[in-house]
Amino acid sequence: MLPKEYRTISGLSGPLMMVENTTDVRYDELVEIELFSGEKRRGRVLEIESTRALVQVFEGTSGIDVSNTKVHFLGRVLTLPVARSMLGRAFNGRGEPIDGGANLIPDKRLDINGMPMNPFSRDFPSEFIQTGISTIDGLNPMVRGQKLPIFSASGLPHNRMAAQIARQATVIGGADKVAGAKQEDFAVVFAAMGITFEEASFFMEDFRRTGALQRTALYINLADDPAIERITTPRIALTAAEYLAFECDMHVVVILTDLTNYCEALREISAARKEVPGRRGYPGYLYTDLATMYERAGRLKGKSGSITQIPILTMPEDDKTHPIPDLTGYITEGQIILSRALHRRGIYPPVDVLPSLSRLKDKGIGKDRTREDHADLMNQLFAAYARGKEAKELAVILGEGALTEEDKAFAKFSDVFEDKYIRQGEYENRTIEETLDLGWSLLTLIPTKELKRIRDAYIEKYLKKAESAKG
Amino acid sequence: MPNEKNEKNEKRIKGVIERISGPLVVARGMPGAGMYDVVHVGEIGLVGEIVELKGDLASIQAYEETSGLMPGEPVVCLGEPLSVELGPGIIEQFYDGIQRPLELIEKAANSHFISRGINVPAIDRTKKWKFEPRVKAGDVVETGDVLGVVQETVIVEHRIMTPPGVKGTVREVRDGERTVEETVVIIDDNGTISEVKMLQRWPVRRPRPVTKRLAPNVPMSTGQRVVDAFFPIALGGTACVPGPFGSGKTVIQHQFAKWAQAQIIVYVGCGERGNEMTDVLLEFPELEDPQSGHPLMKRTTLIANTSNMPVAAREASIYTAITLAEYYRDMGYSVALMADSTSRWAEALREMSGRLEEMPGEEGYPAYLGTRLASFYERAGRCIVKGQDGREGSISVIGAVSPPGGDLSEPVTQNTLRVTKVFWGLDANLAYQRHFPAINWLSSYSLYTETLDEYWNDRFDNEWSGLRIEAMSLLEEEDQLREVVRLVGIDALSKEDRMVLETAKSLREDFLHQNAFHEIDTYASMDKQFRMLKTIVRFHHLGMDALKKGAPMNDLFNLPVREQIARMRYLEESRIAGIDELENAMKEQINGLVPDGAAAFKGGETNVA
Repeated sequence: MLPKEYRTISGLSGPLMMVENTTDVRYDELVEIELFSGEKRRGRVLEIESTRALVQVFEGTSGIDVSNTKVHFLGRVLTLPVARSMLGRAFNGRGEPIDGGANLIPDKRLDINGMPMNPFSRDFPSEFIQTGISTIDGLNPMVRGQKLPIFSASGLPHNRMAAQIARQATVIGGADKVAGAKQEDFAVVFAAMGITFEEASFFMEDFRRTGALQRTALYINLADDPAIERITTPRIALTAAEYLAFECDMHVVVILTDLTNYCEALREISAARKEVPGRRGYPGYLYTDLATMYERAGRLKGKSGSITQIPILTMPEDDKTHPIPDLTGYITEGQIILSRALHRRGIYPPVDVLPSLSRLKDKGIGKDRTREDHADLMNQLFAAYARGKEAKELAVILGEGALTEEDKAFAKFSDVFEDKYIRQGEYENRTIEETLDLGWSLLTLIPTKELKRIRDAYIEKYLKKAESAKG
Repeated sequence: MPNEKNEKNEKRIKGVIERISGPLVVARGMPGAGMYDVVHVGEIGLVGEIVELKGDLASIQAYEETSGLMPGEPVVCLGEPLSVELGPGIIEQFYDGIQRPLELIEKAANSHFISRGINVPAIDRTKKWKFEPRVKAGDVVETGDVLGVVQETVIVEHRIMTPPGVKGTVREVRDGERTVEETVVIIDDNGTISEVKMLQRWPVRRPRPVTKRLAPNVPMSTGQRVVDAFFPIALGGTACVPGPFGSGKTVIQHQFAKWAQAQIIVYVGCGERGNEMTDVLLEFPELEDPQSGHPLMKRTTLIANTSNMPVAAREASIYTAITLAEYYRDMGYSVALMADSTSRWAEALREMSGRLEEMPGEEGYPAYLGTRLASFYERAGRCIVKGQDGREGSISVIGAVSPPGGDLSEPVTQNTLRVTKVFWGLDANLAYQRHFPAINWLSSYSLYTETLDEYWNDRFDNEWSGLRIEAMSLLEEEDQLREVVRLVGIDALSKEDRMVLETAKSLREDFLHQNAFHEIDTYASMDKQFRMLKTIVRFHHLGMDALKKGAPMNDLFNLPVREQIARMRYLEESRIAGIDELENAMKEQINGLVPDGAAAFKGGETNVA
C-alpha cells in the first residue's frame, strides 16, 4: 500500500514542521518530504497530538513552502542498511555513501536508536588496550568496551591524539585467549559532527596513509552540512558499530568528534520546541540523551566483539563545569583532559594527568594483564606528581629556598615527569613494559620512605632494578 | 510487570491514545482511572503510570520507549497503583526499575538488548520454598506477626508476616514445600477469612506502616576509616554523598554495599552506567561478607535502571527500592539502601514535569522536588515494626548526588542536605591527588557523631571521643598552618607547629586514605581503626614531648617506627594486636633521640629552629 500523501503543512519553525489532518501516524516514524523542486528531504515525528504531527526535518526547513510540499509518512523508524562492506567507505550524516562508490548491498536494516543493553547481559570490560601513549597506558589505562572521552579545547591537538590512538591501539596478553583475535577483526568507526573539512581530511589522510582506511567506516557531517543531521550522525555510526561488533565479532573503536556540535544541535531543536531549558539553555534531558549514545559502548556475554568509544569534545572556554563536559563525565568511564599549559610548553600529548581518570583501570591491569606492580606504581606516580606540582606552586610564591629538601625532590620529579613521561612523539609507540619501567626510573628521584602507596615487595623488586639500570 | 489475570477484568478501564511526546502519553476516555494507577499502553502493552488527570484526559508516563505508538491505540488501566511483589526470591535478584528480573527479560527477549512490552513475573511462581510455620491453629495474630519462615538464602531467613490490615485467629497452617501463590495460613477474623500466601503486594509510593519510630543511636560501621571515625552514620540514618564526577561517589557506594554492617543491602543504580551494575553483579557473588563469611550477594538485591533505559522507570526505581527495603525492615532486619544517584532521579522528575508543561521551579526542576526528596528520605529510620513481638528493624539510606559542575548550591544537593543528617562532601582536588575516599574532612559533617561517641566510648574505655576530637583538631590546625606556610614558608614555623603538620600528614596519609582495591586495606574493623588512631595520636604526644626536651626534629620525623605506622593499614585483622606493640618501639626510638639530662631543658622552648 502506498503511504498517504499530505499537503497539509500548517507551520514551519526552525527545524520543525507541523502537519495537520494526519491519520495512522506513529511516534518516531520516518518522514519523507518532497519539495516543489522535486528535492527530497527526511525527518522524523517528534510529537503527535490526535491528528497533528510535529516533524523534525533533518536537512533543515529552508525552501519548504506550506502549499506545494508533499509529506509522506513511511511507516517505519529511521533505519540504517548495514553490511560488512561498510568498512573502507565514507558516508554522510544520513548514512548515504559520499565516496562515489556504489550503494551498499545491505545485510539487514537496523533501527538507528538501538535498544538499551541489558545490564545483566553485559560482560565487564577487562582487556587492557595498549595505546602506546604512556599517560594513557600507565596512568589511565583503557580497556575494551570502555567509553573514554577526550576533553579538549579549541587549539589543542585532540585530533592528532585520537588518530594516534586509533593507529596504535592493540590488545596485549589476553589477545591469544580470544580465538583468532587478529588485526582484521579490528575496525574503526569514525563519526564527524560539524567539524571542518580540514579536520575531516586530516583523519581521512591519516587513515589512508597508515592503511587503516580499509578497516574504517566514516560518517561525516561537516560544518556546512545541516545542523539537525548531527542528531542522527552519531546514532548511525553507533548502529554500524553495533553491527560490526556484535554480529561480525569485531573489536570496534568508535571515535565521535565533536560532541559539542552535537549538543548545540540538540539545543537548537529544544529551543524550537519551546521546551523549558536546563542549564545554559541546554534541554533538561541532555544527560539522558547523551547516555543513550555513550551507553552503546561495551561488551556482551558470549560475544567476542566489543565497542570502545572515544568521544571528543571541546570545552567552551576550557571550562570543565560546562554542561557538555560535565554531563559527559558523569556518564563515561573516565576522561582524558588536555591541558593548555602543557601544550603551550610544547609537550605532546598535553594530557593533564591529575584530573584525567580511567574508571575501568582496576579490572584491566595487574598480574596476567599488564604487570603486578601497575596499580601501586600508578597511584604513587599520581600522588608524587600532585605533591610535586604543589611544591612548585609554593616555590613560585616563596622562592626555591622556602622548600624542604623533600619538596625540592618532588618538584624536580614533577619536571622530569612532564618532560620524560608525559612527552612523547606522535609516532612513538611505547609498550606497557617501557611505560612501567620509565615510571620506576622516575621514582628513584624521590626518597624511598615516601613511596607509601607501593607494597614493599614491589619496591624491593622493581625499584632496585630501576636504580641499578640508572647506574 | 506482573500480569493481573482475569479476576480484575471488570475493574479495567479502556481509553485511547490522544497524544505522544517522548515518554509522555496522553489518553482520552478514561473516567474512573485513579492517580498513579498502572496502565498498559498501546497494542504492545507498554507499562505506564498515570501522573496527571485533567477532565477526560489522563497523562501517562511510560516506563518503556514509546516509538511506534499511534493515536487511537488502546490504553488499559489496571485500576491499581504501581506495586511491587513481596515474597521469598527477592534477595540475589537483579531487577530493573519496575521490578522485572533482568535475567528473565534476557530470556524473554532472547537478546542481549532490552526490547519492549515484556511481561515477566518479579517473583518466581514455580519455585517451591520450605515453609516452616511459627504459629499454630488457634493462635491470635495481628498485622506484622511472623506466621512462618523460609530460608531464602544461606544467611537470610525470610519471615512471612501477617499482611497489613489482616488480624484474627489462625484457622489452618499448611507447612512444607509451597510455591509463593499457595495459601500457607488461613486467618479468621470473626468470619472474615483471609488466605495468606507467601506472595504479597504493596504500592511503591505508600510507606509501609510501623509501630513506633526510634532514635538512631546505634552505629552502622562501614569499615571505611574516614566515615566510621569522623563522620559516622547510625542504623536508620540518612546520608548524602555529593561530588563532581571522578571524585569516587560510586566506589564509596560500592564500599558501603560491601562492608556496611547491615543484614540486607538494597543497591539501586539509578540512571548510572551499565558497566558499573555489571561490576557489582559479577563482583558481589565473589566477595565474602566479613560478618557471615558467605558471599555478599546472599544478602543483596540489585535494582538497575541505567542511564540509557527509559527515563520514567528511573523515577520509579527509587520507590521500588525503598519498598523492598521496608519489607525486609518489617521482618526485623537492618537494611542499608544505596541510591546512586538521586540526581538522575530528580532529572527524570524534571523531564516528566517539563513534558507535563508544569511551571518550573529552580533550574527547571519542579517545585515539588524538595517534598518528594524529603518524603523519600523520611522512609528511612530505626523502628519497632508491626507485630506483637516488638521486633526492631531499620533502613539506612545513603544517597549519592551528582551536582552539575560540582556546584553544591544546585537544588538537588540543597534539598537533600535539608533532610539528611550526614554529609560526606567529596572533593575533586583530593581525588586528583588520588586521596581516596575523597571525603573532605573539613567540610563534611555528621549529626550522629555525639550520639555515637557514647556507644564507642563504652567499648573503648572512654578513649574514643577524646581521640577523635584531638585528631580532628589537628587536621583543622593543619589547614590554618598551611595557609601560613603558603605566605611565609615552612621555615617560619616553630618546631611544635612542624610536629602538628607532620602528625596531620600522617593522619591524612596513614589513616584517612584508604585503598578500596587493596585486599586488606579495603576494610578496617572498629578495633583496628581505634588502634591506628591511638598510635598516631600517641606518636604526636611523645614527639611533642621529645621536641620540648630538645630532640632533633628531622631525626624524629625520620624514625624507622614511622614507616611502620604508615604500614599499619596493611595489617590483617587477625594481627592488629601488633599495632599496640608499636608503642613500645615508638617510646624506645624517641627516647633515644632525647639528649641526656633532658630534664634540664624542660620548658626551654626558646631554641626554635
